Amino acid sequence: MTALPRPISCFARGLITVFALGWTLLLAAADRDYGLAPVRIAEDTWVLVGRSEDFSFANGGNIVNTAFIVTRAGVVVIDSGPSRVYGEQLKRAIARITDKPVTLVLNTHHHPDHFLGNQAFAPDTLAALPATIKGIHSEGGSLNENMYRLAGDWMAGTEPVAPARPLAAGPLEMGGHRFELIALAGHTVADLVILDRSTGVLFAGDLVFNDRTPTTPHANLPRWQAALDQLEKTPFTTLVPGHGPVAGDAGPIRQTRAWLAWLDRQLRQAANDGLDMTEVLALPLPAEFRSLAVVDAEYRRSVGQLYPAYEQAALSGDRHKP
Amino acid sequence: MKKQALAAFAALWMACACTTGHAATPAERRTDPLDSPRWADMRKEMFPASSQVVFDDRVKVTAPLTAENAMNVPVSVDASALPGVREVLVFADFNPIVRIVRFEPSGAHAALGFRIKLQQSTPVRAAVRTADGTWHVGGTWVNTAGGGCTLPSTSSGSPEWQKRLGEVSSRVWARKEGGERIRLRIIHPIDTGLAAGIPAFFLQDLDLSDDQGKALMHIEGFEPIAENPVFTVDIPAARAAAGYRVSGRDNNGNAISAEIEK
Repeated sequence: MTALPRPISCFARGLITVFALGWTLLLAAADRDYGLAPVRIAEDTWVLVGRSEDFSFANGGNIVNTAFIVTRAGVVVIDSGPSRVYGEQLKRAIARITDKPVTLVLNTHHHPDHFLGNQAFAPDTLAALPATIKGIHSEGGSLNENMYRLAGDWMAGTEPVAPARPLAAGPLEMGGHRFELIALAGHTVADLVILDRSTGVLFAGDLVFNDRTPTTPHANLPRWQAALDQLEKTPFTTLVPGHGPVAGDAGPIRQTRAWLAWLDRQLRQAANDGLDMTEVLALPLPAEFRSLAVVDAEYRRSVGQLYPAYEQAALSGDRHKP
Repeated sequence: MKKQALAAFAALWMACACTTGHAATPAERRTDPLDSPRWADMRKEMFPASSQVVFDDRVKVTAPLTAENAMNVPVSVDASALPGVREVLVFADFNPIVRIVRFEPSGAHAALGFRIKLQQSTPVRAAVRTADGTWHVGGTWVNTAGGGCTLPSTSSGSPEWQKRLGEVSSRVWARKEGGERIRLRIIHPIDTGLAAGIPAFFLQDLDLSDDQGKALMHIEGFEPIAENPVFTVDIPAARAAAGYRVSGRDNNGNAISAEIEK
């Protein structure tokens, strides 16, 4: 009819759409229930064990182990999960067990399933190793976007929040618990391990996987294996891996190291034999690793992530330059 | 109004598709084994209407069914089961830039390993022209979350590549089956031109020859080849030489030239 009302109505329509979409997403997320069920594994200590799967729309990213320790001075949370909704449900799960406030949230490293629940907690409770904080600042956005692609509307409202408080390795006394913060690397550029000397529980983060194939998007295999050597020498009674069931011995440490050592040998050998990446992908996996969850997918991802460097090492040398 | 226009457009499109169908030779009426809705377009865009195009299992395209890293998807093409291969054209139906690489294996095996960028899940196909002029087409689906074509290369964000642009690393292996394998890697950012503000920058021509200058393979590259490309080429025993050479240029005229020593 006239030119004037059209843009306004378009704008209004746009607004309504945006609101509707926003609400739909929020409501969809509100509907989502991770069914978090804390399991008591030691005095004051609970673990929430994720599924040994890939990220998916079905699991909403809950493939990770998170944990909390109820001290007299407040609750220490280890990793906040893959989404805002997870963080909020974790907080409610904690509140069902204790009325103590969460006073410290530790992110073991900068992978999305370990820090994207940070939004649910007070900013001044968040802490991580300096390189982890840096990693969340620089890669948090793209890691978060990728999680939306992989887990869909479970992610609604999730934004990356980097801890402000940098941690240093060493003892940390809190409410009667004597923690030891151990700064390692190899799974990522900084991997925080927490030993609770009061209970003997070792929270290994993603340096240790149990019956679930390790992931390697930021891995340095030699450093990772060295970190595992150190962990194996650390005395503990209970081991909480980043992924897979809680263990009572160092089995998962050895299993993770065996996979990494094999992967390193396999890729080096393949590169020195002149194999194309498609040929490396077609190589059979040893029987001993067939029982690891998602082994085919993780092998495929690891070849894609790591093989170019082995290839380059095999191809390089001054004699080949013009 | 809009609906009508759309319907008209759809009718027109279908009419075009049907026309193509009628023009096809009997061999071509075999349905696309990859069942791609884009095949009719591919047939029209990539091959002259008069040419014979057949689906042929002897053209092997190997790529992961699922590719997490859309910036670096490994692909191997092997058409060495076909006699008299003149040229091989590799393309992906759903890529914004469909053509990936074209090669003429004049002395090398009719096979090439390389890595590509994909924008979304797509068939990746190799069309092989044999001496009689027939195009033999093989392929495979690759599923990916995508985005590989519209992202800037990692190098474009760093000045490091400029110092090493065109640098070649290579190595030669004796093959159990006889003959030799050459693998080479070239430092090049290879930008598609589809990421905002970064112009297309890619390898256009590569010639692989023996130390006597006899041609082994000509490679014509397009934008979807992955950054810092790695190529795998197999040389039959009859053409194995004391040494090899690669030369070529990118679309900005930067030269690539290197000896491939054993």
